[in-house]
Amino acid sequence: MNLNLKDIGLKIFSVICLLVFWEGLAIYINNPVILPKIEDVLNVLIHPYVSLLGTGSLIDNAIVSIKRVLLGFIIAAILAVPIGILMGYYRVVYNFLDTIIELIRPIPPLAWVPLSLAWFGIGDVSMIFIIFIGAFFPILINTISGVKSVPIPLIEAALTLGAKGRDILLKVIVPASSPYILTGLRVGIGIAWMCVVAAEMLPGSNSGLGYLIMYAYSLSRMDVVIASMIVIGLIGLVLDKILRFIEDKYFVWKKMMK
Amino acid sequence: MEVKLKVVNLSKVFEFNGNKIKALENINLDVYENEFLTVMGPSGSGKTTLLRIIAGLEKPTEGKILLDGKEVKGPGADRGVVFQQYTLMPWRTVLKNVTFGLELKKIPKNERIKIAKKFIKIVGLEGFEDAYPWQLSGGMQQRVAIARTLANNPEIVLMDEPFAALDAQTRVIMQNELLKIWESEKKTVFFVTHSIDEAIYLSDRVVILTARPGKIKDIIEIDLDRPRDRTSVEFLKYRKIIYDILKEEVIKTIKRGE
Repeated sequence: MNLNLKDIGLKIFSVICLLVFWEGLAIYINNPVILPKIEDVLNVLIHPYVSLLGTGSLIDNAIVSIKRVLLGFIIAAILAVPIGILMGYYRVVYNFLDTIIELIRPIPPLAWVPLSLAWFGIGDVSMIFIIFIGAFFPILINTISGVKSVPIPLIEAALTLGAKGRDILLKVIVPASSPYILTGLRVGIGIAWMCVVAAEMLPGSNSGLGYLIMYAYSLSRMDVVIASMIVIGLIGLVLDKILRFIEDKYFVWKKMMK
Repeated sequence: MEVKLKVVNLSKVFEFNGNKIKALENINLDVYENEFLTVMGPSGSGKTTLLRIIAGLEKPTEGKILLDGKEVKGPGADRGVVFQQYTLMPWRTVLKNVTFGLELKKIPKNERIKIAKKFIKIVGLEGFEDAYPWQLSGGMQQRVAIARTLANNPEIVLMDEPFAALDAQTRVIMQNELLKIWESEKKTVFFVTHSIDEAIYLSDRVVILTARPGKIKDIIEIDLDRPRDRTSVEFLKYRKIIYDILKEEVIKTIKRGE
């Protein structure tokens, strides 16, 4: 208990150090275009509903970004999970798709921007496509490895209890690999969140946190830039925590089996 | 006595990287209804392979398996298996593990819970219905596996060294429990073990396989009333008989450097 308090104390102390350093540096530089003071950033953060620079409030822009992420992410999950299960389970499907996937996977999602703009034009669809690309592969790869890691004795036990192909898939493979799938979803949503901010910074964008950052930058409003960055970080953290919470709540068995 | 399971001219050849290894050669064996039959043999004699072929998890190279006169094609609920490794589904509770086979048979929910509870009680795990496998000891997990197999009401129960991973005391307890269940449920049991003591204590007949390729070397009928006294003169006489037969084969195996 004593040690715990010490640990927590040290963690809080490090944050205080950072804030003191920041504030000291800001006072020393004395130029809000390079580094705004903490109180200026806080002033933006504590008024999340106030419209900023005529582009809507922090909350408005955050909602726009979150909507895009969820759309791209959900489409990615709907496609990647079944494809991953089929690839992990059926050798033919795996061999058929593996090379294509290995070729496309290393391409960073942002490299798709020109093609995406050409196909879908400037706007939401393009951004959702980029997010989709970002989220798709981690979900797919984790699903495949989840299915492949299902212990064979578990499948054999199910077979001797009367399970046929479909039962094996739905009652053994899917539940046994679901912790891996969830890990894929967690990684996927993290990447999706990074993609949305980047995609919103591109020309033609006119809403979202990424857009807000770039627009504030063009007006030299670094207080808004940093406030938006903090919001982006917090939302990313919350998304990750939600999926971690689900992991811990429903997949305790996975941890306990190790 | 009626023949429950018939092994006819069975041979099995495995191929590893182009090398052919003969695991079983020309096995002919009848297992009678309600019989407790045990198979022993040195490591690599094909005991487990024979069990897996009967279970339908391996295909014979030659020969066939007849269950109630019908040829076995692949795994099925009529031949229940208790494996050496723990094969419970970690995401299912004890109750849901035991009902697994019954779900596949589309038995109504109330009924399958009733059946499962009966067998959970028989294996002495009443009160653990809602526990997860990782919350149970190895011996308890193996009891659940036995309950799961029995609840499925198979024609024959195949047991592949089910108690090998248990400590000596738990093992003796489990042997007694198994005999009780076997007597009350009138099951045919095909049991594989390394332990001479276990084989004599449990079985009506003990089949001894030769070193690889496994052939039937001898079949010893254990003509002792149950419950058997492991320290009685007759028991020890059987021990010596089986020990001497096995020793020859084990020496052969060791000489080959396996």
